[in-house]
Amino acid sequence: MSEFTVKDKAAIVGLGETKYYKRGGAPVSEFRLALEAILRACDDAGIGPTDIDGIASYSNDRNDSVRVATALGLPELRLSTMFWGGGGGGGSGAIGNAAAAIAAGYANCVVVYRALAQGQFGRFGQTPALNTISGPPAYTWPYGMSTPAQWIALRTRRFMHEHHVTQDAIAAIALACYHHAQFNPRAVMYGRPLTRQMYDESRWIVEPFHLYDCCMENDGAAAVILTTPERARDMRQRPAWIMAAAQGSDFRQGAGAENNPDYGSSNFKTLAPRLYAMAGIEAKDVDVAQVYENFTGAVMTSLVEHGFCTPDQVMEFCTVENLTWPNGRLPLNTSGGNLAECYMHGLELIIEAARQVRGTSTCQVKDAEISMVVSGPMVAPVSDLILHR
Amino acid sequence: MPVPVATRDGVDREFYEGVKRHQLVVQRCGKCGTFQFPAEWICYKCHTMEPGWERVSGRGRIYSWERVWHPAHPALKGSCPYLVVVVELSDAGNIRMVGNLLGNPMQEVKIDAEVEAVFEDREGGTLVQWQLAAARA
Repeated sequence: MSEFTVKDKAAIVGLGETKYYKRGGAPVSEFRLALEAILRACDDAGIGPTDIDGIASYSNDRNDSVRVATALGLPELRLSTMFWGGGGGGGSGAIGNAAAAIAAGYANCVVVYRALAQGQFGRFGQTPALNTISGPPAYTWPYGMSTPAQWIALRTRRFMHEHHVTQDAIAAIALACYHHAQFNPRAVMYGRPLTRQMYDESRWIVEPFHLYDCCMENDGAAAVILTTPERARDMRQRPAWIMAAAQGSDFRQGAGAENNPDYGSSNFKTLAPRLYAMAGIEAKDVDVAQVYENFTGAVMTSLVEHGFCTPDQVMEFCTVENLTWPNGRLPLNTSGGNLAECYMHGLELIIEAARQVRGTSTCQVKDAEISMVVSGPMVAPVSDLILHR
Repeated sequence: MPVPVATRDGVDREFYEGVKRHQLVVQRCGKCGTFQFPAEWICYKCHTMEPGWERVSGRGRIYSWERVWHPAHPALKGSCPYLVVVVELSDAGNIRMVGNLLGNPMQEVKIDAEVEAVFEDREGGTLVQWQLAAARA
């Protein structure tokens, strides 16, 4: 590993979110949501919007960086970067790119944003009506295998088969996320607790996933501001320091038609060791984790690949008791996450990780020092982030 | 549902010509023997360009499966539940193909069960589906 890393070379200093809506619930346009989240993040940091000199995003955000820079009247845009790949794989990657740009001197104050109004554009859970299809999707879509739920269910099934995992493990992940959302008034599922009986009785989306194993579809926007160590120390909020950031993909994980050789993998086997080496820590040192839940099965395999348990310990580790605040071994998705707070493509998970370091979560882990984010399991590329106090 | 067709750049043309004849023809590198699916312009193993093609038997084993209950496409309303299988082709370097398992959608599906390819002609294209090998015997 290179001795020069982004560790402690940048910090998260501003957090901004719009109200989170059910899909179709946003009363204003997606671009306006993006602007609102950015303004709130600036306000939180105690800076003006024109202090921003860099923009980073992911998942082909529709709200173009130049339109944002123009709308905000930024005097000097010094960084405009997009993390390749879809899904939530780039959330931590965009933060890592922002931190790298700050460490390298490209920019001093970078905003990372994600805005989604699935009600105004296409839904991730639906497939467009087409007459013909070509390329890799042509080997799956015509057979009714076209959505993330459907491919992640296949990979989860294989993992469960190989390691004798039952429904209990993935149910525990859904129950933990819903438990945490009950403390978070911002959560779309606040006031709607989930029981195991409700989980079991909910409809199948695609076996082995019940309705509650699947992320929501929402409208809203979120933004995060990063800056240099010198500036971070004088900001309004306690900085959440970048301890490590990593991005990438394992061998041929992007192969089409389910030909990724390591099939039941969440795609972190080469990345996680790199991440821990940069941070100088091990899994046991992590106080709290936000793991992107597209679907519970991919959270389960991510916990394994980040060293929280072995594949054969999944049934012992993935329990409601272990994964819930305040007494669990690893409080997971402490704001409710994509399942129960809001599906803001995982940027809300990064915001929650920073809150844990600030000490302002609605499920605050006592004396949380090290706060981890896992972005995009079972897609390619993926990314990770570790913050510390 | 959309009908599968070859890409405009021609990378997978031989596969589609094969299924039209009800034959499974997949990419196999003439230099190093590596199978790869879906097709690419280069062999990922030895980096030979346009690695070559080979007809394979269409016999394989179920590697993973799912029963889909929620229609993600308007054309599937009324068709749920249905079964999707990932099949590993044992005589083709364990490349995998995705299709539907024919028969009762509520049948018990077993990983490692032996299956074989069945060609289903649609207007404008041909689908590759899978049936249990035992079903034919």
